[in-house]
Amino acid sequence: MRSNLGTAVVGAIAIVVVVALVIALGSRSSGGTAASSAPATVAASGATSESPSASASEAASPSSTACAKESLTLVTPGKFTIGTDNPAYPPYFLENPDKHKTEPWELGDPTNATGFESAVGYAIADKLGFTRDEVAWVVVPFANSFAPGAKNFDIDLNQVSFKPERAQTADLSDGYYFGNQSLVVMKDSPLASATSIAALKDHTFGAQVGTTSYDTIVNVIKPSKDPAVYDTNDAAIEALGKGTIDGIVVDLPTADFITNVQLENSKIVGQFEGAGATPEHFSAVLAKSSPLTPCVNSAIAALDSEGTLDALASQFLPFQDAVPVFGP
Amino acid sequence: MTTIDARRRHERRRALRASALALGSTIVVFGGLILLVVNSPGWAEVQRSFLDDRVFADALPSVVRSFAVNIQLFVAAEVLVLVFGLFIAVLRSLPGPVFFPVRIMATVYADIFRAIPGVLVIFLLGFGIPGLGLVDPKTPSIIYGVAALTLVYSAYVSEVYRAGIDSVHPSQDAAARSLGLSRWQSLRHVVIPQAIRRVIPPLLNDFIGLQKDTVLVSFIGVVEIFRQAQIKQAAAFNFTPYMAVALVFVVLTIPLARLTDVLIARDRRRAAGGKA
Repeated sequence: MRSNLGTAVVGAIAIVVVVALVIALGSRSSGGTAASSAPATVAASGATSESPSASASEAASPSSTACAKESLTLVTPGKFTIGTDNPAYPPYFLENPDKHKTEPWELGDPTNATGFESAVGYAIADKLGFTRDEVAWVVVPFANSFAPGAKNFDIDLNQVSFKPERAQTADLSDGYYFGNQSLVVMKDSPLASATSIAALKDHTFGAQVGTTSYDTIVNVIKPSKDPAVYDTNDAAIEALGKGTIDGIVVDLPTADFITNVQLENSKIVGQFEGAGATPEHFSAVLAKSSPLTPCVNSAIAALDSEGTLDALASQFLPFQDAVPVFGP
Repeated sequence: MTTIDARRRHERRRALRASALALGSTIVVFGGLILLVVNSPGWAEVQRSFLDDRVFADALPSVVRSFAVNIQLFVAAEVLVLVFGLFIAVLRSLPGPVFFPVRIMATVYADIFRAIPGVLVIFLLGFGIPGLGLVDPKTPSIIYGVAALTLVYSAYVSEVYRAGIDSVHPSQDAAARSLGLSRWQSLRHVVIPQAIRRVIPPLLNDFIGLQKDTVLVSFIGVVEIFRQAQIKQAAAFNFTPYMAVALVFVVLTIPLARLTDVLIARDRRRAAGGKA
C-alpha cells in the first residue's frame, strides 16, 4: 500500500512537472533558452540554428526572374503539384466523358482539365510555364492543407475561402473565384418560397464543418435554433433529405450540383449577399511564406486581366445570375 | 526494541530512496523527451499550430460550454446502459430450455453491438431512423446519439454484469432457494446485489470509454465539444482548440480513473479478508 502511494505521488509530481514545462515552453516564443538551462542532456541537433526560411522570402516581390520555371522551389522537381480533396466534386472537377477513372479520384477527375478548379489549376500551371504533363495532382484532405510540417503539394485548390485568421497559418493566394453562399431546401418546404433572411429565423440549418457556409448561418441568418454541423456536405444533404434539418447552406456552384444531381426535389432558394458578410473568394493554399505565393498571385492576376477566370467560371459555373438574392 | 527501530528507519530510508530514484528517472525520461521534441526542426511550427495561447483563450469558453452537450449525452446514456445492460445480462443468465431463444437473442445482441464500431451505429441510427418515417423527422439528433451509445455500451456492460453474476458462488443461490425464495427473488435479493458490488470498477472503466465516445455523436450533426473545437480549428487554421478538448477530458477522466483504482484496491482488501 505504501509503495502504491509512493508511485502515485511520484506520478502526480511528474505530471505536474511535465505540464508546467509544456506550459512554460508554450508561452515562450522559442524553446532554445529552456533547453540550455535544463539539467538533463540530450543530443539536440539544431538547438542553436533557428527555424529555417521563416522570413527570408517575405520581402520577395514577384519578378520575372524569381518566377522563372527553373528557379521555382517545388515539392517534386520539374513538376507542379496541385492538391485537392477526394472525392473531387463537380462542378469544380468533372468526370471524364467516357467515364474512365484515374486512380485514386472519385466523382470528378482533376487530371482532365475540365471542371472549374481543375481548369484553373492547369491555367495557373501554364502561366508559370508548365505543360499539362508537368502537372501532378495529390489528395489533400482539408485539415492537412494547413497542418504543420512539410507540404506534399505546391498549391492546394479545394474551395478554401479566404479568412484573415487562416492566412496567419498558411499562405492564401489572391481570389480565383468570387461567389456567394446560398440556401438549399426541399421543394415542399415552407422555406421554398422565402425571399428574406427574416423568414429563415425559426428554422434549423446545416452546413459542413469549417466552411464559411457555417459562418453564414451563424453571422448572417442568425437562426433561433442551433445549427447542425456535419463532416461533409454529403452528410448534411442526407439530413436535409430525411427532414432532420430544414435547409443547408453551401456555395452556389455546390448548390447547383446538389439540386441537379445529388438530392431530388431540392431547390436553391436564394443567395446571401452583403448583409455584413465579407465578399467571399476562394484562395489557393500554399505553405506559410512560400516563395511560390507571389508567383501564383501574378499568374492569377494575369488570368483575371485577360478574362480567362471569367471565361472558365461561365463555362463551368453558368448559373450565377439566375438565383435571387435574399433581402434582409 | 532498538533493532526494530533500526529496521523501521532502514525501511523508511529505502522507501525514500526509491521514491527519489523514481522521481529522478521520471524527470530525466520526460525531460529528455520534451527536450527532444522542442529541439526538433519543426517544433516552432508545431508549437504555433498546437499551442497558440491566443487561439486557446479564444476557443476555451465555447469548447467548455459545448461540453454541456457531452454531459447530457453520457449521463443519459449511462443511466440507460445501467438498466438495459443488466436486463440483457439477466436474460442471458436465465436457466432452463424454455428460455433458449431469449438467451440466443441476448447473446446475438451482445455479439453484434460489440462487433460494430460505435461510430457506425451512430451513423445508422442518426441517418437511418429518420428515413423510416416512423418518428418525427425533427427529433433532435442528440436522441439518436444517446440511443446509439446505449446500444453499444449496453452490450459491453451486459458482459460485465454477466461476469459478476457468474462470479457469485452457486451455493448462494442454492441457499436462498432452500430458504424458500423463488428463482427470481434469489436473483433479485441475493445474486445481483453481490454481483453489482463486484463489477463497479469494470463498470466505471466502461463509462470512461463511453464518455470519450460521446464525441462520435458529432458525426450526425450535433455540435458538441469536438465539433465546436473543429469549427474553431477550421476558422483559424490552427489545431490548438483540440488541446482544449483534450484538457477537458483529462480533467474529467483522471479523477474517475483514480476512483476506479481505489475501488479495485478496496475490493482486493475485502477479498483478502483484511479490514474493509
